[in-house]
Amino acid sequence: MSFEMFVQHLFNALTLGSLYGLVAIGYTMVYGILRLINFAHGDIFMLGAYFVFFGVTLTKIPWGIAIILAVAASAVCGIVIDRIAYRPLRDAPRISALISAIGVSFFIENLSLVIFTGLPKPVYQPEWLVEIISFGNVRILPLALIVPAIAFALVGGLLWVVYRTKPGLAMRSISKDIETTRLMGVSVDKIIALTFGLGSALAAASGIMWALRYPQIHPFMGVFPGFKAFIAAVLGGIGSIQGAMVGGMLLGLIEIMAVAFFPALSGYRDAFAFILLIVILLMKPTGLMGEKLEEKV
Amino acid sequence: MKTKETPRYLVPSLVAVALLALFIWWANSHLDNYKIQVLNLIAINSILALSLNLIYGFTGMFSLGHAGFMAIGAYVSSLLILPQVQKDMIYIIQPLAWPFSVLQAPFFVAVLAGGLAAALLGLLIAIPVLRLGGDYLGIATLGFAEIIRVVFTNLTPVTNGALGLKGIPDYANLWWNFGWCLLTLFFMIRLVNSNFGNVLKAIRDDEVAARAMGINTFKYRVVSFSIGAFFAGIGGALMASLVTTIDPKMFGFLLTFNVLMIVVAGGLGSLTGSILGSAVITVLLEWLRFVENPVDIGSFHLEGIPGMRMVIFSLLLILIILFRREGLMGMRELSWDAILRRFSRGGETR
Amino acid sequence: MSERAPVLETKDVTIRFGGLTAVSNFNIAVPRGGIVGLIGPNGAGKTTCFNIITGFYKPTKGEVLLEGKPITGLPPHKVCEAGIARTFQNIRLFYNETVLQNVMIGGFVRQKSHWWMHPLMIPSCTREEKDLRDRAMALLESVGLDNVADETSNSLPYGAQRRLEIARALATKPKFLLLDEPAAGMNPQESQELMAFIKKIRTDFDLTILLIEHDMKVVMGVCEYIWVLDYRILIAEGNPEQIRSNPRVIEAYLGEEATQNA
Repeated sequence: MSFEMFVQHLFNALTLGSLYGLVAIGYTMVYGILRLINFAHGDIFMLGAYFVFFGVTLTKIPWGIAIILAVAASAVCGIVIDRIAYRPLRDAPRISALISAIGVSFFIENLSLVIFTGLPKPVYQPEWLVEIISFGNVRILPLALIVPAIAFALVGGLLWVVYRTKPGLAMRSISKDIETTRLMGVSVDKIIALTFGLGSALAAASGIMWALRYPQIHPFMGVFPGFKAFIAAVLGGIGSIQGAMVGGMLLGLIEIMAVAFFPALSGYRDAFAFILLIVILLMKPTGLMGEKLEEKV
Repeated sequence: MKTKETPRYLVPSLVAVALLALFIWWANSHLDNYKIQVLNLIAINSILALSLNLIYGFTGMFSLGHAGFMAIGAYVSSLLILPQVQKDMIYIIQPLAWPFSVLQAPFFVAVLAGGLAAALLGLLIAIPVLRLGGDYLGIATLGFAEIIRVVFTNLTPVTNGALGLKGIPDYANLWWNFGWCLLTLFFMIRLVNSNFGNVLKAIRDDEVAARAMGINTFKYRVVSFSIGAFFAGIGGALMASLVTTIDPKMFGFLLTFNVLMIVVAGGLGSLTGSILGSAVITVLLEWLRFVENPVDIGSFHLEGIPGMRMVIFSLLLILIILFRREGLMGMRELSWDAILRRFSRGGETR
Repeated sequence: MSERAPVLETKDVTIRFGGLTAVSNFNIAVPRGGIVGLIGPNGAGKTTCFNIITGFYKPTKGEVLLEGKPITGLPPHKVCEAGIARTFQNIRLFYNETVLQNVMIGGFVRQKSHWWMHPLMIPSCTREEKDLRDRAMALLESVGLDNVADETSNSLPYGAQRRLEIARALATKPKFLLLDEPAAGMNPQESQELMAFIKKIRTDFDLTILLIEHDMKVVMGVCEYIWVLDYRILIAEGNPEQIRSNPRVIEAYLGEEATQNA
């Protein structure tokens, strides 16, 4: 493989990894607080992309505004889902909430199928985003630079919220001990809603950027990225935001590089993530950067 | 609680089986193909629900990998009953690998082989994965099911890859399906009503206490998982023969979701619930077809045209989990005891 | 203390969790057929010792011997198989099962049939299941719960649940029985009955019994020998009189003894 090809693959991996990482953060935050795998998270990713699509084609609002509104709308969706489908089950056995999440995920996917139809929709791509830039023999899309930049900016912003604000402190406190936090007067439900909101916003941003990179959207576009992002979260250490980003990058790298070096394996591309998951769960379930979330016996 | 298997109730049970046989005989000559198809689906879904219920409802292991076991059962069985001519015809990209190209078996053996192959895989998966708890187990088993699916899509010399298998002999009629269903039910009843069955429930209820009472919980979870995988393989094998066409895409998470739905709706931890749930959900799924669009129902529902049907379906699951988590039967069973008590006033108390 | 070989011995058992030493140099030797007690203020490490003996924790140092044979580090189910049964501080019944089923589950460890025998209707298995059921009913009779055999265990009142837990432990045919605060939540009348019950099962089932208990009346009334744990180490051992008048023990319990007069 030529050096130029390698660099191009690297940028691809960076982009893909950033997108996985952004979604992974939402999974890791919710799991850290509620010990719940939010199956519906990948579908927020999809909704973000569709909201932009409809914002632009139906209402003719400027593309940039549409993005902001879409992200906000997705955040609201995440909060609503928690309120309706997860909050009533806070005291139920954990698996109940998980089953509810699975139900919500299927519901959103199929409702989208009914409303948007399964026909993939083309996404508006501003020219400047898809005009190829060249560095010598290396040719990349501007997206390959912008996506990681935005991703890291968003993560930076999130980390600022989590580590430098009171609500962020409350979030961290809840993930350590929810009962004590409640006893200290924190409105736990509001903080949980905030967590869902932030995570969903990031997932929506990721979905929107994904749609710019792979400009065909369809109702099930969030399924595999969702699974893989969750695996990335586990890889990086469930409960750790930085870990989720690291895990996402690593997963993106593995996926792109494995197929780049062994093209015969391209059919198995989707299986890599799952194989990786099994391996991590067996060897180091706490992931690369995570803490033990032990059950008290 | 005495249930259908206690010798005292041998006669009522045999009568019930005879009635079922009579009904099947009648149905074969009097019902149209569509209704027969639905009955076939009910039987097969019952087997699938019973197998998942054993793993999840009775032993407490949240496994999302059922589609993977079904896939194994379906492919192994189909490869054994496909006539040579058909094999030559459908393997157009790469010829079928040896020994599959020469192996043939009668239907009963093929289905059994499907079950055994699935059980073997279940055993292999269980040993590393059952150490994980709760939701991680769900994701890991889901992961394995997806890996199986991807492997089948790529293993063209064996599975014919994405093209799948066509023209599978349709041996799976009412007699075979309900026959296997009765066999499964009998096995499950005997298993669940023995002390071993109590032990599985104990593992579900309080693993720490179970271990303190001398129970090797890991070993028996593996056993339960493998038995569940076996019957899932049987169900998959029968399904393949029923729909005569299979491909890897069929065995995705949606398939597991449907079985999970039946088990939850029927009642986790109730064998009766799984049978009832299967009947109710299968009929509901078919009935819902008319709610959306009249559609040719030659192929079976899970290959499905998605639409309002699934929207209502998933909404139903959410509602059940939110408002009636125990489903139809909870953990209760329908037993001859209970039936007789209802019919004789002031029946004897146990 | 009798000269007979001890049923259970622990030798210098120590356990550390991370940086914290939860129990240090735990040394006891329980004579066959004795009823003995392990007492100490809350948090002293008593249940931790139980968890080590029953295999739930592996000690960092030291040995546990059952009838002279080492069982250190064996998993809990093997420890039970070897002959040690226990009850739990917070009752751990199988709450979705009936009273009878709970006891039968206790009897599983002594069953010879395999899981596949019942579905195949093998006669020896059917017979064994019936015998187990009869034995379980007999055990329920001895604790006075045979009339509620088919009730779900979570419908029983608290005291009955404790008795059921003991019956379940007895079903495992133990040589050595660990009772973790069996008198917790009982009124004086129930405690008296419990004391008589413990003495009775010791004789009827040929047991050696070690109990953790806070109720001093029960401890002094039923234990023949007592070990005292405070802040994770043994501070005293002896018969009830010796313990009652031991200044270190009194000091450890200061405040607690004021409310439970020995």
